[in-house]
This record gives sequence, C-alpha cells and structure tokens, in this order.
Amino acid sequence: MKVVLDKLTKRFPNRNKKIKTEVTAVDNFCFEIPDGTLVGLLGPSGCGKSTTLNLISGLEKPTEGRVFFGDTDVTDMAPEDRGVGLVFQNYALYPHLTVQQNIMFPLQNFRGERKLTKEVMLEKTLEAAKLVQIDGLMERKPNELSGGQQQRVAIARALVKAPKVLLLDEPLSNLDARLRLQTREEIRRIQRETKVTTIFVTHDQEEAMSISDLIVVMKDGRVHQIGKPQEVYDDPANLFVAKFLGTPPINVFKGRVKKHMIYIGDNAILKAEKAEDGDVYVGIRPEGFIPDEKGELEVSLKGLEVMGRDTTIVSDHKDCENVEIRSIVSAETRIDTAAGSIRFKVKPAKTHIFDAESGERIYY
Amino acid sequence: MKKNNLKGWLYLLPAIIFLGIFMIYPLIDVLIYSFEEGYNFASQTHNGTGWYNYSYVLHDTYFLQALKNTFILVIITVPLSTGTALLIAMALSSIKKLRELFQTVFFLPYVTNTLAVGLVFMILFKKTAYSDGMVNLLINFFGGESVDFIDGPYWAKMLVLCIYTVWIVMPFKILILTGALASVKDDLYKAAKIDSTPKWRVFTRITLPMISPMIFYLVITGFIGAFKAYSDAVALFGTDLNAAQMNTLVGYIYDMLYGSSGGYPSYASAAALILFCIVLTITCINLMVSKKSVVKGV
Repeated sequence: MKVVLDKLTKRFPNRNKKIKTEVTAVDNFCFEIPDGTLVGLLGPSGCGKSTTLNLISGLEKPTEGRVFFGDTDVTDMAPEDRGVGLVFQNYALYPHLTVQQNIMFPLQNFRGERKLTKEVMLEKTLEAAKLVQIDGLMERKPNELSGGQQQRVAIARALVKAPKVLLLDEPLSNLDARLRLQTREEIRRIQRETKVTTIFVTHDQEEAMSISDLIVVMKDGRVHQIGKPQEVYDDPANLFVAKFLGTPPINVFKGRVKKHMIYIGDNAILKAEKAEDGDVYVGIRPEGFIPDEKGELEVSLKGLEVMGRDTTIVSDHKDCENVEIRSIVSAETRIDTAAGSIRFKVKPAKTHIFDAESGERIYY
Repeated sequence: MKKNNLKGWLYLLPAIIFLGIFMIYPLIDVLIYSFEEGYNFASQTHNGTGWYNYSYVLHDTYFLQALKNTFILVIITVPLSTGTALLIAMALSSIKKLRELFQTVFFLPYVTNTLAVGLVFMILFKKTAYSDGMVNLLINFFGGESVDFIDGPYWAKMLVLCIYTVWIVMPFKILILTGALASVKDDLYKAAKIDSTPKWRVFTRITLPMISPMIFYLVITGFIGAFKAYSDAVALFGTDLNAAQMNTLVGYIYDMLYGSSGGYPSYASAAALILFCIVLTITCINLMVSKKSVVKGV
C-alpha cells in the first residue's frame, strides 16, 4: 500500500495561552511513499517526526493537507479504521497479558465479517510470533522479557492483523548498543519478508541510513531532503542535512569563493567554475582528505587516532566550525606526528559548499 | 551477625514497648475477660471461667440483630460504594473542564464531620411536625406515600443507613481510584485504539486489570471499615440503637461496656472477639481471592 502525504500540516496552539501564535510541528509535508518500502523519518528531537507518524496513524488530526493510503483518503478516518500497525517507543505491551495474549489482542477485536475463530487466531498469532522469533516465549509476561524481546512482541502485535502500513516510533531507542544493531537488522528482515510499507522514526542517522530504502530528513517541521540514504549522504541539499548525516560529522569551514576558486583561509583548495563570489561554508567529509605534501589545505596537527582498519587524523584550523577536524585515512598512510602541521588535498566529490546566509547548497 | 541482631532489637525497643502496653496487653486482656464469667472492673473479680460469655452473646437477640444489621450493611455498601466510586472516577478522568471543581465536590464528605452529615440526612429523611423531609417531598411529588425513614419500618431505616455509609466512604475511594486510573499509561489506550478495541473491552481487559490492586485494597479496607461501623448509625438514629433495631456489632460492644444497660466487660469482650474472628476470616478470603486475580508487576 503506498502512502501519500499531501501538503500535510499540523499546528498546535501554544502551551503558554497568553501567546496567540501557534507552533507548527509539521509544515507542508508532501511525500509519496512507494508500496513496500522502508522509510526512515530522521531528524533531531522536536523536529516533528513523531507528529508526522501520529498524523499517518490518525492519533492526531492534521490542520491542513490530506493523507492517502493507496487511493483512499484516510484523513478523516479514525485510527482504528485505517488499518495501521503502530509500535510505540516504550512498546506499550499490556503488562498483565502473556506474550500470546498480547499478540492475539488485535485479532480478538475483529467484529462482523472479519471475526475469526479461535483456531485461526491462534494460528495467526503463532505465525506472527515465529516471524519475530519469539514463539518459544508465548506464556511469558512482558516483565519477564528483555527489552529486545519486548520489542519483538510489540512488532508481532502490530503485524498480526496484517496492517496496510506499519509505523514504528523510535523503535530502537530503548535498547542497548549491541541489541540495537541486531534489532535493526531484524526490522529490515521482517519488513522484507512481509513487504509491508513501513515508516519508522529515529533521531539516529546511522540507524536510518543502515536499513531504510528512503530517508526523510526533517528539521523544525520542515522536510529538508528525501532520498536514498547514500544519495542524501553524497548529495546533501543544505548544510543541515550535510551536518546531520555521517559519523564522524562533516568538517565545516568558513570560507569564500573568489574568482571561481574556493578558499579556506588563504588556501585555495578547489576550482569552482559555476559558483559566484561570496562567503560560503565549506563542508568536507572525513573521508575527503588525502594527505599530500603538495596539498592545498594546511592545518595544524593535533594527533592521531589509530583504529587498526583506518586512522583518524585530528587537526585544527582557525576557520573550522567544528571542535576539531577529523579526517579518516587508510592505515597504511605514514604521518609524521612530530610535525606541527599537515597538508591535505581534498576530494571534490566529498567537498560541498553552502551559502553562508541560507545554508543552501551551492553547486560548483 | 548476632551482635547486629541485638542492635536491631534495641532500635525496635521503643516501638515494641508502646505496642506491648497499648495493643498487645489489652488484646490478651480482652481474650482473658471473654472467658471469665461476670468479670467486674471495680472489684477485679469473676465467678468462673468457660464459654458462657460466648454462649450468652450468641443467644442475645440484640447481638443477633446487630450481626444481621452489620452483615447487610457490609454486603450492600462495599460493592455499591466501590462500584459507584469507580464510575465517578472514570467520569472524572474523562472530563477536562471543571474537573477540579468536581473533584473537590466529591471529596467534601471526607472532610465533613460525621454528626454534621447526620444532621443533613435528618433534613433529607426525618419526619418532623412541619415537614416529612426532602425525600418524602420528592416521593409525594411522584405520587408515592410518605415513609418514615428514621422511626419507621426496618427496611427504610436500613436504606438510609446504607445510603449514608456509601456516601461517607465514597470520597476516599474516588480519590484512590482517580489516582489509579491516572497511573495507567496512555500508550496502552493508544495501542488499544489503533487496534480498534471496543470501549467495553478496553475497560474490562485493560483498565480493570491495571487498577485491580487498588480495587482490592479498597474492597478489603471497605469490608473492615463496614464491620466497624457505629458512628454512622448513631448520627442517624441516636444512641439507643437497640431500641431502633439499628445496632451494629461495634455498637453492641460499646453498649455492653458503657451503655445504659452496660457494665458487662465479659460479654463485650466475647462479642469483640467474635467480631475479630469474622473480620479475620473475611480478610483472609479476600486476600486469597486477590492473590488469584490481582495483576502483579504492573
């Protein structure tokens, strides 16, 4: 089932009643989510991603705009009529029911024609439990399960009624680091197996990048960029997106374009045929630096972090916006740590420039 | 280890001394009195020991009346007040406007003096030379005949006592249940909504189990409280409860000790122990039931 968001807008009245202005949580969100894809809504906290999820699930009503599931306009439908499965951040399992009863709960709500017999319900429950690999824990109560297992139960409960759309609200935020890696693969696998259109919310860019077919980067209620993870990473639309994606983060310098050259400090680092003269931010990905004695960019060397597989050069520059410049080079590179400074060549594909005022990307 | 134990007991000593003097010693004393025939406070003498006091009390028509009254009171008021309190608490939780006002209104009986409340009930129910009481006015309005609720037939008096008791115990229950309802996580309701759970099912399968520990707490304390009822009856029917057929177990014990026909500590002790056994049994049954049905680890 494809999901279409058409000019979706949600405004909340201000908490402080004396202030008449409204808070715009989601602003003019247009997006068509193709059938069977896994979409990550990504952004810092308070950017409106959970509100977007609630608008899709129907728990919130949009101020303006429409939501379509396939060709059906579901904007005015109650959440229970939309046929969505929702996994809550804290799972919201019924603590007094066993795993089996939890998973079966949505099925027991079917009325009229959809009403199922006990046997079919048990069968579907077992099927869903097997899908998330918790069929051995059916008689346990939620408080006898680990966080990861609870998460699986929550997913099974959302999937058992064969929803048109599966929504996950920060599905991994309550898990520890190892479990998080494991569970995100699991979510990916389950989504591939069921082919259900899935939308999940996260503030962790790594999480979103690693498993999504498409990511939507949001900030302050506005969509900044939509695309495949690698495309968004390689081709950020603006400074915010560039900064938000990637660990270690992109290195941002204050710079300028003069006579079709990009300058950081006094170093002209790259040619920029198409760019106009003016102040810019220069963003260079950590993997965009090549140590080279004849390199254009000179920075003061602060230290090395040896990881084995690769090496991080930590350095400093007076125009750098980050605390320090981190550049990742291959482990074979020999670097003289005694030297006070180091010179780099930069890879044009890994270097982006942004308007100093608006932060919009400038193509050069 | 042993030294630590000794230290622990030392810390407990002040509390143990007070409990010993004011609780355990009197309890044992009551037990002893109940087996001593015709014990006299003044002379500290008795005529012999045995089960006579119990036999007397159990054959006393006033005691049997009090037993019957108390049981009726318990069986009617505990479920009724808990159920009504749950309904009101649910209604309170579901409204936003005026919620605090209503909460205050429902809580008022809790802070009102029992006797003052009794007076209000007099106005509502008592027949005087000038009026038949508010309730009778209403009954008359709908074409019924006046009933004397205070000095009239047994069922009418019992009805008033039950209404009074329910009304007086309700605020505390509403308070506890509103708190319990508020502690149920909103996400559970949202999850149920997404899964299109019918309202009635949400109530029976989610709300009730989640607040069941509090409901059982209220039922148990409600039973104990209702068995100890006395002042409510006095507020409505005056101190001569035996004459009004409205005595309760505690009232009977009090009358045996201090009432106009009083001065029989042995009978009072025996009655007190019978009451104790009844309350103990009921509470044990309650706890057994609750162990089976109360949701743990919520």
